[in-house]
Amino acid sequence: MEPLLEILKNLHPEIDFNTCETLIDDGLIDSFDIVTIISEINEEYDVVIPAEEIVPDNFNSAKALYDLVTRLEDE
Amino acid sequence: MLFTDYSFIGFLAVVFLLYYTLPKKWQWPFLLVASYVFYFIASPSYVVFILATTISTYLVSLKLDQLETRQKEYLKAHKGEISREEKKEYKAGVRARKWKWLLLCLFFNLGILAVLKYTNFTIANINGILEAFHSDGTLSFVDLVLPMGISFYTFQTMGYIIDVYRGTSSAEKNPFKLALFVSFFPQLVQGPISRFNDLAKSLFEIHYFDPKVVSYGLYRIMWGYFKKMVVADRILPAVNTIIQNPDTYQGGFVFVGMMFYAFELYADFTGGIDITIGIAQTMGITVTENFRRPYFSKNIKEYWKRWHITMGTWFTDYIFYPISVCKPMLKLSKFSRSRLGEQIGKRVPVYLSSFVVWFTTGIWHGASWNFIVWGLMNFVVIMISEEFEPLYRKFHARFHVKDKAWYGVFEIVRTVLLMSAIRMFDCYRDVPLTFKMFGNMFTNFDLSAFTAEAFLGLGLSAADYVLLLICLIVILAVSITEERKGSVRDLIFRAPAAWKYVAFGGLVLVVIVFGAYGIGYDQSQFIYNQF
Repeated sequence: MEPLLEILKNLHPEIDFNTCETLIDDGLIDSFDIVTIISEINEEYDVVIPAEEIVPDNFNSAKALYDLVTRLEDE
Repeated sequence: MLFTDYSFIGFLAVVFLLYYTLPKKWQWPFLLVASYVFYFIASPSYVVFILATTISTYLVSLKLDQLETRQKEYLKAHKGEISREEKKEYKAGVRARKWKWLLLCLFFNLGILAVLKYTNFTIANINGILEAFHSDGTLSFVDLVLPMGISFYTFQTMGYIIDVYRGTSSAEKNPFKLALFVSFFPQLVQGPISRFNDLAKSLFEIHYFDPKVVSYGLYRIMWGYFKKMVVADRILPAVNTIIQNPDTYQGGFVFVGMMFYAFELYADFTGGIDITIGIAQTMGITVTENFRRPYFSKNIKEYWKRWHITMGTWFTDYIFYPISVCKPMLKLSKFSRSRLGEQIGKRVPVYLSSFVVWFTTGIWHGASWNFIVWGLMNFVVIMISEEFEPLYRKFHARFHVKDKAWYGVFEIVRTVLLMSAIRMFDCYRDVPLTFKMFGNMFTNFDLSAFTAEAFLGLGLSAADYVLLLICLIVILAVSITEERKGSVRDLIFRAPAAWKYVAFGGLVLVVIVFGAYGIGYDQSQFIYNQF
């Protein structure tokens, strides 16, 4: 989880990713951020997040995003 | 049959009455018949193309569904018997087969759109190249029909088949239901581009007559007619006078034309969508909102989240993301980071995908270089503002103006001016002339274009301008109220009962008295109907 939090914090230092659960719903991150996050996750975890997984439920919080990465790693 | 034709009002009244009087189980099949009648009246030849798109999409969606079901059954039957690698390999095989079927469907439907919409544009460009090389030979243009709303229903159908491929939407087994989703008549004129999961439920379920829901729908329809007939069609002659006579109307007039067009397009497109959503609502059907007060946006990115929302999300979900996060793009990202550095390198996928998105958005709007350049201008401005973002942050941190009301107004005005300037490519006949007129707006600027005499020379009377000013104030007041307090219809319905009759009656009266029509008046088609 730590490397993921680091990626997110580097992108938006002003957001508290430990507690925020409305990253998409409140428009705190946009499509450009999402692509950057996916690219950095690919670098860090060697996981490819496909386009169909880019839904608010998977990107609304750091925890949801981490769960997605873990699930894709297991598949 | 335009939304503004008397015949359409008659058609709508018949559809509405039959919808609520027929047995409830016949509601959606009746809507399908009504939609095809509407399309057939527009032109019998259109029906062939929409049928071809519907049938091909139906067949491929069933095939995709079949492959998905077989995969599930196979994995269930062999649970515990096959290794993880074998499971992975099997899934990859199924995915590859699904991908081929998806491509077939997309090529077929996009092919219809491409041939009908872009053949003559391609021929014109080939002829241009031949001429540049002093060749005597030229290709002849072909006479093709362009079915009404083809760009909208093709994209809506493509979105559906991609969702079925991804498994985010299940395949509709009833071909007639799918046919209604593709052809639902209020959407055929100018969208919005609905998603199957959003529209299907309310489109196919039974609806009982609910006076409040029907009233809300009627209010929305009349609000749409007000914007289209009282505002957009009234200001149209002035816009045409300026943009069709660039030799006469220069300098300050270019600015006037630019702002008038911004007002016209807003009233025309949002008015049309109000009518669409309102018609659907009178029948209990919920159509996705396409606008959220776009002229209150504080930057261009926000503008594109508020204007033509269904098109923006379509391009994001089905073009921007798939290109940005595909494996070759991720490899390119790694490569560019190692070569160009972390900061620049990581932006390469975003920029490349955005370029494709805006090029496609431009050409989707029309087969002309004007629209392509319009799309690319949006791309350039968004990328520049993205690059300046750190600078803005520093500025806001240093001067603390972000929360000031006047700064908010400044940001809104800046965005409206910027978007209006880019939209000049919609107006003038070609790209060089647009650039020329944009420059002319500054180099030839003088205040004579802002005198009463100049305004009255544009084909509108003083009464027209007074009316347009009042309309602008009303639209602004409604928009500010909606931005701050939510739906104006909710407010009206919460007020004493008489208010809802007064408000509705007033709206109908204004449209009847001030709507731009009459004997000899040539009603204008919705601007987005051409796309």
